[in-house]
Amino acid sequence: MATSKNVLLIFHQEVMYKPIIHNLVRNFDLIFNILEAKILPRREGRLILELSGDEEAVRKGIEFLEAEGVTVKTIADQSRRDDELCVHCGACTAVCRPDALSVNPETLEVEFFPDRCVACGLCETACPMKALKGVNIERLGDAV
Amino acid sequence: MSTKSVEEINSRIREGKCVVVTAEEMIDIVAAEGPKGAAKKVDVVTTGTFGTMCSSGAFLNFGHASPKMKASKVFINEVEAYAGIAAVDCYLGATQVREGDPLNAVHPGAFSYGGGHVIEDLVAGKEVTLTATSYGTDCYPARRLTKTMTLADMRDAILHNPRNDYRNYNCAVNLSDRTIYTYMGILRPRMNNATFSTSGQLSPLLNDPYYRTIGVGTRIFLGGGTGVVTWAGTQHAPLTPRNERGIPTGGAGTLTVTGDLKQMNKRYLRGASLAGYGTSLMVGIGVPIPVLDEEVAYHAGVSNREIQCPVVDYGNDYPQGTGEPLGLVNYEDLFSGSVEIRGKRIPTSPLASVVRAREIANILKNWISEGGFNLGAAQELFPTAPERVKVPE
Ligand code: SF4
Ligand code: SF4
Repeated sequence: MATSKNVLLIFHQEVMYKPIIHNLVRNFDLIFNILEAKILPRREGRLILELSGDEEAVRKGIEFLEAEGVTVKTIADQSRRDDELCVHCGACTAVCRPDALSVNPETLEVEFFPDRCVACGLCETACPMKALKGVNIERLGDAV
Repeated sequence: MSTKSVEEINSRIREGKCVVVTAEEMIDIVAAEGPKGAAKKVDVVTTGTFGTMCSSGAFLNFGHASPKMKASKVFINEVEAYAGIAAVDCYLGATQVREGDPLNAVHPGAFSYGGGHVIEDLVAGKEVTLTATSYGTDCYPARRLTKTMTLADMRDAILHNPRNDYRNYNCAVNLSDRTIYTYMGILRPRMNNATFSTSGQLSPLLNDPYYRTIGVGTRIFLGGGTGVVTWAGTQHAPLTPRNERGIPTGGAGTLTVTGDLKQMNKRYLRGASLAGYGTSLMVGIGVPIPVLDEEVAYHAGVSNREIQCPVVDYGNDYPQGTGEPLGLVNYEDLFSGSVEIRGKRIPTSPLASVVRAREIANILKNWISEGGFNLGAAQELFPTAPERVKVPE
């Protein structure tokens, strides 16, 4: 079955300059989009990819990355909205391009679809209640 | 025109016979039965709003210690409260930022803590640290005070918001080339999005646009407890142009509201951090409208399609105080998720919570139908427009 998944890849210093992505493309039948990339001052590379392809190929590709020493986090498992803090004001929907945060036109509740999140971090800035956590490429996966 | 008085409605509340509906329910009733029929059927319409409301704050009296003190500077959790009122009284404003906050040194600043948050913490029952200094007098010799206290330890705590429920309000866009961080949220460049802040058809002052029932003495739901309208708010501007439904198409009516902070609830009083702008307070307000006659009924039946607001450029026009609105849009379109402005389709985002506004209108409805909440007849009415639109048959 075809699937698509947004993942964060963390390249620690030791593996930062290995041709891992090159091998991922060559050896696995995967389509990917680079959604965001960042090199942190602590010499750690971070890459957000949308991986799509056959479910089996996606799984194997991730296994390969992990075997090469890359930390792989599924973004949907990392991004959180604290429903106790959220007041459904809608301010976050102004900045969320992939519509991971959107207003339900019937109920006017703000719905969160972590599967669509690309960890751009903009909603963290936009939310007046600080209800969105871990949705920033720099801090994602650190201590959620 | 047949009329009812607030007194009559209150006695119906006591007898458990009062018919109360929310402002949203009233739309269909007025549409089906006409203003006259609706006025006969319904006694009270409840409204609600929940959003960031600057011009909010609390008067706090923190009580005397021994020896006594006439505080000249007061800080609560490092947020300054204005102390030039009396010996141990101060006013803590929602937009006062914590001392030492980096502000917009790295733009946009996060403004993680300020007066609004202190108010939320107090209402949540959390301990806060109060520090005060004084120059010392013969009658008030103490010069320094530090104490940890909760809301219960305060001698008095009165929420007093000089301008809340500003109606109507702008739809904000940004015509400039850079992203801007405003009190109307984050606005992307070249008019790539629009924001607006209202509970629309549930909004108190949009359901009584000529202020016929809402005035000084109107009892309200305030921050989860009860409060009172104590004056027209600052910047109250009844002469703003209105549409054919009598709804102002720009900033017009505002309310000053007051209530005992000690009986409020943090669900409806929340500190807010607006990136690049500052701190504020989200306030929940619900106002009951006594359906005195068919004109009141007609206006309380207003729906989002009949309410328009001006589209304003926050990239240049608003900050510079120049330019004209780019046009008018109605709330039905704004709530639909996108709107057309100058031939361009733009995604829209609300900034006020209709979910919570609805919740407040329903709570107030229950309070009244269960007999636990009497209406306060307005003792003084606000300045209003010289002429009112005609009520259709
Ligand atoms: S980080 Fe926030 S704004 Fe960015 S994609 Fe995820 S949910 Fe949307
Ligand atoms: S901005 Fe924050 S509080 Fe408002 S709807 Fe989004 S997550 Fe909820």
